[in-house]
Amino acid sequence: MFYILGAGAVLSALSMVTNKRPVSAAMSLIVTMFCLAGLYVLLDAHLIAALQIIIYAGAIMVLFLFVIMLLNIQEKEGRLAGHKIFLQFSGIVIVGYIFIKVVKLIGGSNLPARMEGSIKGFGTTSAVGEMLFTDFLLPFEIASVLLLAAMVGAVILAKAKID
Amino acid sequence: MEILIPTINLESIYPEILITVFAILVLLLQVFTSLPGRKQLGYISLTGIVLASIIVLTQGGAFGENTALPIYSFSNLWVVDNFSRFFKLIILIGTGLTVLISIKYLKDEGIDHGEYYSLILFTTIGMMIMAGGSDLITIFLGIELMSISLYVLTGYTRKRLLSNESSLKYFLLGSFATCFLLYGISLLYGATGTTNLKGISGFISDANFGSPVLIIGMVLLLIGFGFKVASVPFHMWTPDVYEGAPAPITAFMSASPKAAAFAAFLRVFIEALPSLQGVWVDIIWVLAAMTMTAGNVIALVQDNVKRMLAYSSIAHAGYILVAFISTDKSGIASILYYMLAYTFMNIGAFAIVIIIGGKGEEKVHVKDYTGLGYRYPLTAAAMTLFLLSLTGIPPTAGFMGKLYLFSAAIKSGYVGLVTIAVLNSVISLYYYLKIIVAMYLKEPELDVAHDSLVFSPAMVIALIIAVCGVLLVGIFPSPYIAMAQQSYISF
Repeated sequence: MFYILGAGAVLSALSMVTNKRPVSAAMSLIVTMFCLAGLYVLLDAHLIAALQIIIYAGAIMVLFLFVIMLLNIQEKEGRLAGHKIFLQFSGIVIVGYIFIKVVKLIGGSNLPARMEGSIKGFGTTSAVGEMLFTDFLLPFEIASVLLLAAMVGAVILAKAKID
Repeated sequence: MEILIPTINLESIYPEILITVFAILVLLLQVFTSLPGRKQLGYISLTGIVLASIIVLTQGGAFGENTALPIYSFSNLWVVDNFSRFFKLIILIGTGLTVLISIKYLKDEGIDHGEYYSLILFTTIGMMIMAGGSDLITIFLGIELMSISLYVLTGYTRKRLLSNESSLKYFLLGSFATCFLLYGISLLYGATGTTNLKGISGFISDANFGSPVLIIGMVLLLIGFGFKVASVPFHMWTPDVYEGAPAPITAFMSASPKAAAFAAFLRVFIEALPSLQGVWVDIIWVLAAMTMTAGNVIALVQDNVKRMLAYSSIAHAGYILVAFISTDKSGIASILYYMLAYTFMNIGAFAIVIIIGGKGEEKVHVKDYTGLGYRYPLTAAAMTLFLLSLTGIPPTAGFMGKLYLFSAAIKSGYVGLVTIAVLNSVISLYYYLKIIVAMYLKEPELDVAHDSLVFSPAMVIALIIAVCGVLLVGIFPSPYIAMAQQSYISF
């Protein structure tokens, strides 16, 4: 199951970055999001999986599509200059080399075994909620300030006329 | 289901709460104030900053041998110790000076909205959280709060194209760097099973654990922090962003966020990853050498003073990295001391850039400084003082700071690196002197000679504070050094 979802996520992500039509790229992104949500379920993180679908695959994708439609991006033929193709190619080779090395390193290392059942009801909404209001109270509050700051910032940058 | 709410030690986050309250207060008051009254919002935020500094100073008793500290609270996600208190003071000083130099600028540019001040205060909260977090989650949220507010502040002069461009550039590169940071954090969590700094170091030393995953995670963290402190080769954003951002924000970015980034950088690497020191010391050695050299050499050819100061701030990050690798008590104390000195001298220099720049920030080239020494002797003298301090010439704070940085590194045996650093200081003399020479020895150009500069009271106060700071910290360094050394003990 993991391999099916993982391969799906990688393939759809690839099709997203290679696709020239914005709407098709956005649709590929949805598939990626769903595959990731599936991976979360496999990790017992049910709440995260649900949030992934509701927020990313749902809300954010709708926003993407709206923006694409509003901006009316034309399908353009991407042309690359010669040296850029060389740059891209060497970039792919270097990154690929590093990636293979990293995978080999990580594959050979012994990671600590997952702490099974260390938290009762791991990944459920109530467990996450309890953590948020007990151990992780401070980060929770900081996140609320962060959202407020981001909101003020967005209004400042986007408002047509500030008085 | 019964949930046990842990005891909450609110006292440990009083300064942060206070700043949050003032940020929201400014936001609300701005609705009710008329345009001429907007200046007051600046002073209100200043009140908040001063009050917060007083709380930081008294929190958990006086500085010095203090048994009450460190206080861990919020399930070990938060710590109040002398280290975080010292950095919070530096951050608050930087923020206070920034507010002072902003008041007139905002009016000139027609952007005097309360949101500006509240965003500055939000940035400050983020930076204080970076200094006080003892868990990767808290530190990460602090970094994000700081960065997001800064992205917006960079693009605050919405009508200037340069400002828009720099904001977008900063945002894209900044989020990219955040990805590295986050990926590093997740790898560390995966390898050790905890995000708590003490927990991570405990796990590593218990398990005698040298997993490649850990090292990859550490390198990714290093990239993320390297971006935030603008070290070469992660510095690409700095010149453009510093040039495009409104000048007070440039001053702010080059001082306080840099201090906060170093606070988090130091805490994560020295508290959580001391066992990997053998690995990261070598990497930081190279980073420090590259950062100093690239920063200084590129600054030589800059004609735009804002851009030149951007490269100079990159070089200064390099000097600080020199002391970073000594990782002992004197190394950390010297970084703390240098950050304090740097805040005064850099914000001071930018304050003068703002005064000279005038409306629309058009006069930011070296030629605009010609003849300043005759027309405005005091201003030119202050600028000279700041530039000499940045170079590291006695009796300024910059000299003492560099002395401590380099001597700490020599004590740990990094003579080669210190040689590079001293050579770089000599190079930096050239471009700092270029401005001084223009001010005193060159005939002013015709169009420059007729301008009259405008000094607002707030700006004058900021300049006086900065000058006093540079001289006091430089001539009587012992109390500050003592304070900085105390700040290491509880670490």
